[in-house]
Amino acid sequence: MEHHDNRTSGQPGEALDTDPETVEEDGELAALALKILVAGGFGVGKTTLVGAVSEIRPLRTEEQLSEAGELIDDTGGVDQKTTTTVAMDFGRITIRSGLSLYLFGTPGQDRFWFLWDELSQGALGAVVLADTRRLEDCFPAVDYFEHRRIPFVVAVNCFSEARRYGAHDVSRALDLEQGTPVVLCDARDKDSGKEVLIRLVEYAGRVHTARLLESVGPQAGSV
Amino acid sequence: MNGQWYDAEAGPLVRPYAMTGGRTKPGPHGVRFDLISLVAVDPEGGADETADSLLGPEHRALLGLCRSETQSVAELAADADLPVGVVRVLLGDLLEGGHVKVSRPVPPARLPDERILREVIEGLRAL
Repeated sequence: MEHHDNRTSGQPGEALDTDPETVEEDGELAALALKILVAGGFGVGKTTLVGAVSEIRPLRTEEQLSEAGELIDDTGGVDQKTTTTVAMDFGRITIRSGLSLYLFGTPGQDRFWFLWDELSQGALGAVVLADTRRLEDCFPAVDYFEHRRIPFVVAVNCFSEARRYGAHDVSRALDLEQGTPVVLCDARDKDSGKEVLIRLVEYAGRVHTARLLESVGPQAGSV
Repeated sequence: MNGQWYDAEAGPLVRPYAMTGGRTKPGPHGVRFDLISLVAVDPEGGADETADSLLGPEHRALLGLCRSETQSVAELAADADLPVGVVRVLLGDLLEGGHVKVSRPVPPARLPDERILREVIEGLRAL
């Protein structure tokens, strides 16, 4: 199928289609960074996956929450602290000078959902890591990305002691929308992690193209 | 199990709000620093002595970090060991003082064009 040209090089304020080299213009860097989220339940291997494919050791950023009163109250006011710290692990893959991929492990706890909103802004897509022994742990992540129409793949982390299920079984058990890829993986293995990311980027590209076709119009793509 | 989400009991010696002069948001231009916004030292900026003297130690630490290499906001926060919120405010100062350049955030609901996605896939395969 012939893909239409969705370049927007004529529009001001677009940096995505500029020369591949790191060009500086108007005091802004034209370097491009893409963001992929790694979500899933607690202990499913998010940081392991990030570490397996990252060229830097997984780093940790902390966000200090001082105005999160209502969120803390949600937990029954057990804690008297007015500030709390939430950590996000992340890694980086440099594709070339001026183009890099950042992977963010999303905070696992429900009360930090609001951080996901920021993380998912402009994200290329997400990997939802699943453990077949506790499949329900990844329901919230699946719901989240489906609702926000963020392309995601489900990567089943094959723990050695877990019973093996086929991708199809997992897809059915999670009631995934048709077409959402399910990949079996070993989060500790670099090649396996790479494969997951490749599947995600391919899928994100397909989803994006389909959406552009859906919204065919003179200005498609400039939503 | 919750322990890892909290600070050490005492908290940091210098409180985050002290580093930012009580500000919680970056300067008047309302720049939004995404976690993956890339920051580089502006080669032409920062010569102004008076602007320089207004910089605090954390500003200088951040400048030092992006001097060696273009860095994302997330990396700067991790390397400087500062909360992201603080780093955003300080970067706002540095941007306003003309010390740094920042990449445009990727607009939501937009993906880079196919050529870039292909490049990413090939790059991943080659890892």
